Amino acid sequence: MNISGHALNMAIYFSALLFFAGISFRIAGWLSVPNPLKIPTTPAPLTPAGTVARMLGELLFFRSLWKADKLLWAVGYIFHLSLLLVVLRHLRYFLYPVPESILRFSDIGIYAGFTLAASLLYLLARRLIIDRVAYISNVMDYFYLLLIILISMTGLLMKFFFRPNLIEIKDLMLHAAALDPIAMSAGMSIFFLVHLSMVMLLAALFPFGKLMHAGGVLISPTRAMVNNARRSRHINPWAEKEWDTMLSEADKETGAYMPWSPEQWRDRWKR
Amino acid sequence: MEEVDKKDINDLLKWKKIKPEVPELTGNISVPEIKLWASLDYKSQLLKQKDALKRLGLPSDGLVPDWKNKFLAKMGEMLKKYRSVRLFMDICVRCGACADKCHYFLGTKDPLNMPVARQELMRRVYRRYFTISGRLFGSRLGSADELDEEMLALWYTYFYQCSECRRCSVFCPYGIDTAEITMAAREILNSVGLVQKYTYEIVDKAQNIGNNLGMVPDAIVNSIEFVQDDLKEQTGIDIKIPIDEVGAEVLFVTPSADFFASPHIESLYGYAKVFHQAGISWTMSTYASEGGNFGLFSHNYNQMKIINKRIWDAAKELKVKRVVCGECGHMWRVLSSFSNTMWGPFDWLDQRYPAPQHICEFTLDLINSGAIKLDKTANDDLTVTFHDSCQVARGSELGGKIDGQFEIPRALIRECVNRFVDMHEDTIREKTYCCGAGQGLLGDDMLPLRVKGAMPRMQALKRVKDSHDVNFLALICAICKAQMSKIFPLYGYPMEEVGGILQLVSRSIVLRNKEGV
Repeated sequence: MNISGHALNMAIYFSALLFFAGISFRIAGWLSVPNPLKIPTTPAPLTPAGTVARMLGELLFFRSLWKADKLLWAVGYIFHLSLLLVVLRHLRYFLYPVPESILRFSDIGIYAGFTLAASLLYLLARRLIIDRVAYISNVMDYFYLLLIILISMTGLLMKFFFRPNLIEIKDLMLHAAALDPIAMSAGMSIFFLVHLSMVMLLAALFPFGKLMHAGGVLISPTRAMVNNARRSRHINPWAEKEWDTMLSEADKETGAYMPWSPEQWRDRWKR
Repeated sequence: MEEVDKKDINDLLKWKKIKPEVPELTGNISVPEIKLWASLDYKSQLLKQKDALKRLGLPSDGLVPDWKNKFLAKMGEMLKKYRSVRLFMDICVRCGACADKCHYFLGTKDPLNMPVARQELMRRVYRRYFTISGRLFGSRLGSADELDEEMLALWYTYFYQCSECRRCSVFCPYGIDTAEITMAAREILNSVGLVQKYTYEIVDKAQNIGNNLGMVPDAIVNSIEFVQDDLKEQTGIDIKIPIDEVGAEVLFVTPSADFFASPHIESLYGYAKVFHQAGISWTMSTYASEGGNFGLFSHNYNQMKIINKRIWDAAKELKVKRVVCGECGHMWRVLSSFSNTMWGPFDWLDQRYPAPQHICEFTLDLINSGAIKLDKTANDDLTVTFHDSCQVARGSELGGKIDGQFEIPRALIRECVNRFVDMHEDTIREKTYCCGAGQGLLGDDMLPLRVKGAMPRMQALKRVKDSHDVNFLALICAICKAQMSKIFPLYGYPMEEVGGILQLVSRSIVLRNKEGV
């Protein structure tokens, strides 16, 4: 086997593994921690159906962000929508034949490449310009922004100036996607290699940093919990054990951890 | 020469007396430029009283010697027990949507009072000790910090400049709630021996004596008798406030401040008049003499559960059919949203009222059914506006309706007065600003912070004062009442312009001696 020709394939599989396994691992980690109490930020729907509608509002329309900052909402929305369209357009490199329904979004994907880059530049600029946002921004915030900017720029450059050999790329990627990898031919476009490497880096890091907000929003307890605590009892799985532990340490003399019953309390206060 | 240890925690947390600076009232809330460390000096006093600390089961000798291990162990425990805390550590993208939403940031300009920056104090420690990158690279990546005395001091300072009002969580695209993080942080600080005086003096009193003011049973009975005499003098009618009466229909619980603080007591008159006029038998309890539950203020589940237990026990012991509670913000959140989880349903109650009811729901129902009548003209000297209390607005519902916590109090006010006007829409309902003293920041030691934290609410109020001659701010929270009546004079308004909705009911209710109805 031609190891050097397959180095790229190995990197693709490794980053894809980190991406999917990492995401599952993180979400499983969150779900393993219980919600002791009902804490929806109210006004919150009183029924599960209403809560689903609320979550759809967050997911599809970024409803809370709309309340917070209209400009950031607009740019954030353009960014995420552009990203979606660009990814859809890229499915042509992984699927054969490409479904008709996806092809329909393909042309708009080109324009989305521009709005993607533009919205990212705004997001970067506001981190530098607005004093509040500059104060809270850390190294990783800039790192992810620059990484995605680099990905989008190399993509646009390939589209309009330095066109790589698409037949070769498609062949390589379709085979990799079908788990039937072929060796990369010599002389592959450097822009493509940079583009793909950055995407792999992004995918590999995705589960381990702030980009996981994409998975977290769906289980965020202040949004996803139903506001029906008064009517339907929510169970805290660790409550009983913790209460029993406390009782075993309770001390009537000092009063430490002592949940005074009415009788004990009366005895204490002569009432 | 002796070298001064700059990192001594007692120096870092030393309380200083600071003269309150009152912000200028313009009627507008503008987002300030950040000013580094502007509120670093506003520190809460520490609880040093050893017997109280022992009763609370907390370290009683200041910061414990091996504090770092204890701290990280407790933090690990919080991350395993509260999904909110764990998730919120991971998913913030620092977009800044919350950055200009906190009343303490708007008032102090200190960037660490931006909700995201406050959360980052915990995240920086989290990244260092609880993530792969922190274990690999330590604090070298720049987004993590070592846990040292200075970080500890920042935690104590800024997690006691958060009133857990949840306004930031309304705007966060992922629903990150700083209150959850602050509650965990306070519990961690408690575990290493940095215990805030105001909150934990009160938790101790509530657990062991039964109410926040530490009133022993005889004192409660005395002050109730005093109120009854007052009512008789005011109205000429014998309006009883029954106490510990087995078999009454309703157990009524309310913050102990209502027993004598001003303006709280005016609402107590209101509660008594409503029960009297509706002819519903009721009782208060010396054992459950407190509605407020300061156990909510940190993630200490058992503390909150012990305090809540009294209401549950008293309802059972007094064999009542309903539980109704007075005007208090976090009491309502705990009783309506948490009590069912902690102690189960009140399933022995009259099943038409299977859960505790809020006095606003209860009173409005009585008005709508014709059981009591109000004469609005009695309040014609008032133009009223309403301050949504944070814990009611963003942590509960009223009347089984999604926005009942906004509509029911307003409907009740409209029954009491002819002139009601709302403040600016960005400062009410779910976007309401905290009064500036919630969740453990009401102590006199925090007055300089309280004055600044009240700024957004005061600006919104100033606007309706100018445009509509508003002269009464109606509230349904004991902490809001105490804060506002203290802050009003500093801003140049009379403290009499603050009061409960039930105070408005008290002034307008039509009372009759019952004549063989």
